[in-house]
Amino acid sequence: MSIEDRIKFAFVALRGATIRTLLMLLAMAIGVAAVVILTSLGEGARRYVANEFASLGTNLLIILPGRNETTGGAPPLLSETPRDLTIDDAMVLKRNPLVRYVAPITVGSAAISFGGLDREAVIMGSTASLLPVRHFTMAQGHFLPEMDPQIAAPLCVIGSKIRDELFGHRQALGELVRIGDRRFRVIGVLVSAGESMGLNTDEVVIVPVGSAQQLFNTSSLFRVLVEANGRDAIPSLQQQIIATLRERHDGEEDVTVITQDAILATFDRILSALTYTVGGIGAISLLVAGILIMNVMLVAVTQRTSEIGLLKAVGATAGQVLSLFLIEAILLSLFGAVIGLALGEAGAWLIHKLYPVLPTTPPLWAVMAALLVALGSGVLFGSLPARRAARLDPVESLARH
Amino acid sequence: MSDAPIIRLEQVNRIFQVGDQQVHALAEITLDIARGDYVSLMGPSGSGKSTLLHIIGLLDRPSSGRYLLEGKETTHYSDNEQARLRREHIGFVFQFFHLVPRLTAAENIELPLLLAGIPPEERTSRVSRVLQAFDIADRAHHRPEQLSGGQRQRVAIGRAMVSEPKVLLADEPTGNLDRTSGHEVIALLEEVNARGITLIVVTHDPELGQRAHRQLHMVDGRIMDDRSSPP
Repeated sequence: MSIEDRIKFAFVALRGATIRTLLMLLAMAIGVAAVVILTSLGEGARRYVANEFASLGTNLLIILPGRNETTGGAPPLLSETPRDLTIDDAMVLKRNPLVRYVAPITVGSAAISFGGLDREAVIMGSTASLLPVRHFTMAQGHFLPEMDPQIAAPLCVIGSKIRDELFGHRQALGELVRIGDRRFRVIGVLVSAGESMGLNTDEVVIVPVGSAQQLFNTSSLFRVLVEANGRDAIPSLQQQIIATLRERHDGEEDVTVITQDAILATFDRILSALTYTVGGIGAISLLVAGILIMNVMLVAVTQRTSEIGLLKAVGATAGQVLSLFLIEAILLSLFGAVIGLALGEAGAWLIHKLYPVLPTTPPLWAVMAALLVALGSGVLFGSLPARRAARLDPVESLARH
Repeated sequence: MSDAPIIRLEQVNRIFQVGDQQVHALAEITLDIARGDYVSLMGPSGSGKSTLLHIIGLLDRPSSGRYLLEGKETTHYSDNEQARLRREHIGFVFQFFHLVPRLTAAENIELPLLLAGIPPEERTSRVSRVLQAFDIADRAHHRPEQLSGGQRQRVAIGRAMVSEPKVLLADEPTGNLDRTSGHEVIALLEEVNARGITLIVVTHDPELGQRAHRQLHMVDGRIMDDRSSPP
């Protein structure tokens, strides 16, 4: 009996039991679709985070004041507060040959007003280097000019939403706005880029770092962003920054330097684990579908006992009967998997339509794994009923009708 | 070779284990059946006639004794070899037809050829020949549920004959049919026998049994009476 004939026979048998077949296809399809959708969600989250980090800049090191390590001993009640991270600290780093840009950052919140309108906005103090470091693009005008960062120049660059809200259709460039109790001239507007790492660049106001420090009456920086010359320079630059700042802070290692890569790698690990986990949960539903196929196939063998007896009477070997039932199970799981794949892709597409920020493409490995597991469970769970069918005694089987 | 019996049973026993009791379904059966003969197997229920038919048809194995089909000892054959012998030498007709409900008449007839791995073109031509010969060509694409009892049994006989076996075994072939259809089916079986196929019919019906050239009466697993009437 040729393999074509066997597949055709099994196919006709499946078509002969429409409801049973449809239910089993549904179960298998749901299992596969679950794996595909869940893994594409996990993968989407991972890629979303990766994109967020990429939009932050490239080859970045982020310097935070304070340490993330504690030493033993009594809690530092007095005088052990970390030293401020100052503009001078940041400017010293600029001398390091491995450094391409240094962007000191001070952040605060203040009211910005123009005409009769005012609103609360995130005020970010920095230097001209912030533009290349954060990959900002200008919609109008230009960014902060190169100048001594200590100087509190009354200039500002505003996000597109701030521009819309304060100026409407009027020209914003060259106008004077009031931020806190000072006046600033608008010299540029950022291109709308949406939210990135918790900061909505459309609603930010960027002023020179000196001005921001005066505005918020502080001499400390919130962060220093350092862009390295290249990827290879990052590890040694990290060590050198720590060494330089320790020297400047009287031997006290009171800053934390984290690399963009390290954060990204951590998130990548966490979210990959998440993807595998949800994929595994999906695989459980595949397993359930496999067990369902086994159950229904067992019932089918019972229902078709006399047919099996007849097949044997007209010369079918046990092997032929086994293969016919096994092929039925495999066809079921294969068709179910294909339908499930289509459902899963459609589901992932729909999620992407609803949440465009989430890049939900099912990972290839998950698609392959789902197909293989579906096929495997078809073979595994189909083999018990098929073997039972093959072992049936023809005389007893024919006595049932 | 042609005058050697096509079927030879030597001291065949078949014992079933029912609970802790042993049932002697066949006891020391020794029997030769000549090529082309027409044999009826009669006897009360439980006399072992169906068991004998199953052993002749290689669906069952004797507990002891020898069974030679065409002079070849079959008792030591593996299940797969027995399946091949069934496929090539033996046709079955059952009381309840045993047609596969989802397949058409033509597909049911095709089934043994399908299992034998005959190429599709040859299958089609052989099936259409059988459909013509058994006068069911106009029913070829009907499913069993759309056929009358007589038509179903004709399809079943067609299926048994499509692989051109040498032995046709019929287990109560008219048991589920009205008189008219029953007569038609018997006529068909006898026609097959007239072409030289050895025919063995198990029946309750004495009238049907009398028509055979050789009549075997069984009681309690033994052949009590073996009568031959001239053809």
